[in-house]
Amino acid sequence: MSAPFLERREFLKFSLAASGGLLVGLYVPGGAKDALAQESSVASFMPNAFVRIGSDERITVIVNHSEMGQGVYTSLPMPLAEELDADWKNVGFEPAPVDPKYNHPVFGMQMTGGSSSVWSGLEQFRNAGAAARAMLIAAAAQKWNADPTSLRTDSGAVLDGANRKLTYGQLAEAAAKMKPPEKVTLKDPKNFKLIGKTKNRLDTPEKVNGKAVFGLDVKQQGMLTAVIARPPIFGAKLRSFDDSRAGSMPGVRKIAAVPSGVVVVADTFWQAKVARDALRVDWDEGAMASFNTAQMMQQFRQRAQSPGKQVRRDGDPDGTLASAAKKIEAVYEVPYLSHAMMEPLNCAVDVRADSCEIWTGTQFQTVDRAAAAKVAGLPDEKVKINTTFLGGGFGRRANPQSDFVVEAVHVAKAAGAPVKVIWTREDDMQGGWYRPAFLHAIAGAVDANGKAISWRSRLVGQSIMAKTMFAAAMGMDKKGYDPASVEGADDLPYEIPNLGVESHQAEVDVPVQWWRSVGHSHTGFATECFIDELAALAGKDPYQFRRDLLQKHPRHLAALNLVAQKAGWGQPLPKGRGRGIAVHASFESYSAQVAEVSVTDGNVRVHRLVCAIDCGRYVNPGIIAAQTEGGAIFAASAALFQELTFEGGRLQQTNFHTFPVMRMNECPEIETHIVENNEKSGGIGEPGVPCTAPAIANAVFAATGKRIRKLPIRMTEAV
Amino acid sequence: MISFTVNGRRADVNVDPSTPLLWVLRDNLGLTGTKYGCGMAQCGACTVHLDGEALRSCVAPVLRAAGRNVTTIEGLSPDLSHPLQRAWIAEDVPQCGYCQSGQLMSAAVLLREKPQPTDQDIDEAMTGNICRCGTYPRIRKAIHRAASMMVKGGAR
Repeated sequence: MSAPFLERREFLKFSLAASGGLLVGLYVPGGAKDALAQESSVASFMPNAFVRIGSDERITVIVNHSEMGQGVYTSLPMPLAEELDADWKNVGFEPAPVDPKYNHPVFGMQMTGGSSSVWSGLEQFRNAGAAARAMLIAAAAQKWNADPTSLRTDSGAVLDGANRKLTYGQLAEAAAKMKPPEKVTLKDPKNFKLIGKTKNRLDTPEKVNGKAVFGLDVKQQGMLTAVIARPPIFGAKLRSFDDSRAGSMPGVRKIAAVPSGVVVVADTFWQAKVARDALRVDWDEGAMASFNTAQMMQQFRQRAQSPGKQVRRDGDPDGTLASAAKKIEAVYEVPYLSHAMMEPLNCAVDVRADSCEIWTGTQFQTVDRAAAAKVAGLPDEKVKINTTFLGGGFGRRANPQSDFVVEAVHVAKAAGAPVKVIWTREDDMQGGWYRPAFLHAIAGAVDANGKAISWRSRLVGQSIMAKTMFAAAMGMDKKGYDPASVEGADDLPYEIPNLGVESHQAEVDVPVQWWRSVGHSHTGFATECFIDELAALAGKDPYQFRRDLLQKHPRHLAALNLVAQKAGWGQPLPKGRGRGIAVHASFESYSAQVAEVSVTDGNVRVHRLVCAIDCGRYVNPGIIAAQTEGGAIFAASAALFQELTFEGGRLQQTNFHTFPVMRMNECPEIETHIVENNEKSGGIGEPGVPCTAPAIANAVFAATGKRIRKLPIRMTEAV
Repeated sequence: MISFTVNGRRADVNVDPSTPLLWVLRDNLGLTGTKYGCGMAQCGACTVHLDGEALRSCVAPVLRAAGRNVTTIEGLSPDLSHPLQRAWIAEDVPQCGYCQSGQLMSAAVLLREKPQPTDQDIDEAMTGNICRCGTYPRIRKAIHRAASMMVKGGAR
């Protein structure tokens, strides 16, 4: 197998006078020089853009995806270290600079999203490790005057038949002079020592002593802090502002209009925030001043009365529905949601006449760099982005307009000094780019034998992809609908002969964005609740009913069977408790969950959540479990507590007291079981999300006989 | 000038006394391990110890710390040796990690008061700390692990 980055054959040779005076030969791919971060007296060997091997035995893996909690700073170093035969205790990580070399191998830009980091990077990082290993072996062979094929590697060293040993550190300098291999041979998976095993995350130590640097923690020489007064209503325009009080407050250096509002730049955050709050800003409120979500959902309900753009049509769903004896209709509604990452948005910028340096936690380096360059009036190459740790991402830090980065470059230009823009929690929650509200109107029928014969769903909601650079790539023009709106609904796996899916695209001037699991976050809820309703209509057990319809979908079935078995499906429960089940595929992975709930005085308590996940061949099962459970808890927060609502154009929620997040005392017992197979690797960051809300809602039905058709769950709205 | 002790060292700051302690720690003293999450004592990311008690530093004016002892995550141990830090590493607790300073500081007070906490004790002590990544099950396991380490190894 040949490594893609080796095919380019563009290795450069240059020399570096290290601070110790040692002249070390280095092979560095064109753009990776920035990755040679520290100047030290340690000689190092950089066989390719993804790894640096030091004479001190340190193996630094340069990771081109952002660490936002999903464990990528561990799960991509693992395959590289595997093929390198590195000693795991010497392996560390470093965020990649922005360079086309670090583009996502499938999406063609440097980014983190779509639950794709590990499956897309797996072979790339294995190849990088194997290539480095070959060069280290070649160096040892030269030193020993031996045949390279007679040598082997183990735990960071090359050994010969007589067990002579040279460590990678000892070989680093000589290996740098070897030619990169044309081709590398990858390990037989049965010889894996790291891949497939739980390894503790490499980033944990610095996350338990306060040393990990998030965007919010960045401090550069002379850096000021900025807080912005943004419009209270989407689309509102600045008329004027009065800074007579704010301008004379301590620490305030600059107050100026910027495209996103009025910025206050001060020495510290608190000074900037207090002065920002003292501004008097007059806004032209614009067309959205009368917007309210209750009215919008009413309009969505009306639109669902008529056929939408056809997305899928098998058989004759309308005809069979009209003539069916046993049928049911249900309307499911989900609200706008905030990502509400624990770390509010922030971005630090130092813009000069001929350079622009950015420090931020971003999922979207290539897009952000281009957008920043445009504002700075510089070529892309003059913009450097330092990717910090992300205090959560969930999609929000991959903004198609680079909103928080573009704004910070404008602020830095206005300030004339390095500046860090910090969003307060309220700014972050009210700043838009939400998971869109959606409505699903579904009708279905079963025959006399209780077999599902018909299903027609109409989805109404805003498109995330419309007006982004991705609309064309998604084929939106040709299709006439947004595939991301209907994903998980149009590929319904159940064998139902008459199946229709229709899309109504709503135009609303609320900025919307991908939110952990994107379309699946609502299609999973609607489809898995409705299949449960059909099971009840057929008088069948909801697990068996699904099984019968999934016979041609073995991976759905395996996840469903595993979760049912582990959850003790069908076994007695304490009085007042109910179990609900759901299965859903997303991001090339298959997830199934069973929730166990009780309802007391209208309050839903989730006692237990059992998760099964099939993500194909996996790297680190400990991280698989963490992501699955984290996704489920993220989804449970939304199912039980969260909504964003607008009245008079103004968002009603501001902070965690009105947009609650599940807390320790509300968190169920949770367990994850992995479906073992040898399928192609799928995603793991998002597939834990879609099943949770329907599993909980279906469990509420089992416990109370009441159907949940609207999120967040309120028993007063159950039917 | 307001003077207090942070992690055993004297700090003198010349700031508006109503400034929240959080921002004095972060902006004036460079101790950025303590995080901002909500600014209204809703999320616990800013939890520090004031004379050994858990304090939401985002709503506590710095004046409250005058003449007193503040401990931040940077002062929990000099070398990752606190049983909670060791347990957090062993259980692989953090995901994004942003809330974990606050989680650890809340857990440290819990373990001092209840060296063998029950699940209910953990619920009560930790409910003020939000984790958006959903690390609660591992936090619970890590607190139990730290508690048993302290029994075996003697309390710190």
